[in-house]
Amino acid sequence: MNEMERQDKQAVQEHDAERTRSSTVYYPRVDIFEQDDHTVLLADMPGVDENNIDITLEKNILTIRGYVDEPMAGYSLAYSEYGVGDYERTFALSDEVDRNKIQASMKDGVLRLVLPKAEAARARKITVQAG
Amino acid sequence: MFWRHSGRRSLWREMDRLQREMNRSMTSFAPRGNSGFPPLNMWASEEDVVLTAELPGVNPDELDISVVGDTVTLSGRRERDARGDDVRYHRRERWHGEFTRTVQLPFRIDVDQVDASFKKGVLMLALPRAEEDRPRRIEIGEGQYERLAEGQPA
Repeated sequence: MNEMERQDKQAVQEHDAERTRSSTVYYPRVDIFEQDDHTVLLADMPGVDENNIDITLEKNILTIRGYVDEPMAGYSLAYSEYGVGDYERTFALSDEVDRNKIQASMKDGVLRLVLPKAEAARARKITVQAG
Repeated sequence: MFWRHSGRRSLWREMDRLQREMNRSMTSFAPRGNSGFPPLNMWASEEDVVLTAELPGVNPDELDISVVGDTVTLSGRRERDARGDDVRYHRRERWHGEFTRTVQLPFRIDVDQVDASFKKGVLMLALPRAEEDRPRRIEIGEGQYERLAEGQPA
């Protein structure tokens, strides 16, 4: 039996930098796993599509930013269990990532980043000779 | 508090009432097996109510929505994305599994006019009020009762 926990959205704390957009910013939840020769990062960013996302890599800092629309014109918020706002999160990449071959795609509000490992870092199979 | 025209004021009152009723029905409704997942927002206009839920990565074909009377039930699932054997997780924050949630609205729903859309991982469920549950504007007229009181024929 799978008990689904309520995972509240975690808001980024506002410090000094003023934002031009007034909405609260949230940390998207991520899964990061390694498989074969690459690392995959999945980020939940409902309300975001490929036209409203920024992915930047500076040195080894990867920043993902997703922007959401203000929907529901003509309606009032009568009851709320979750907040709506943009997403932002940064990650430090290891040296093993081949920066030129990073692939990104978005589907149904989920960002998928595939980070291939650089040649030098790939696991080398060592063949064992008999004898 | 600065009150606007009576038309607007009725809308605010309606929102208030809606909010209180939603709070009542949401907090009093917590049977076992019904989690608070997914979190819901409710937007209201004079005609209908739109329930929204964030369900990124959920296959809309596997999303089950049923509406009966004043009750909406939402069920679905999301599998873990990593396939294959040789998977090593560094971080696992996203939810996966099955969910089902039932909510009761403070009015009956016109089931034939329900509209559901799923875009960018957000489910939007438009639920118009059933005709009999729509608020009625009461016109102020002659006032039969006053005339009776004054001894005049009705």
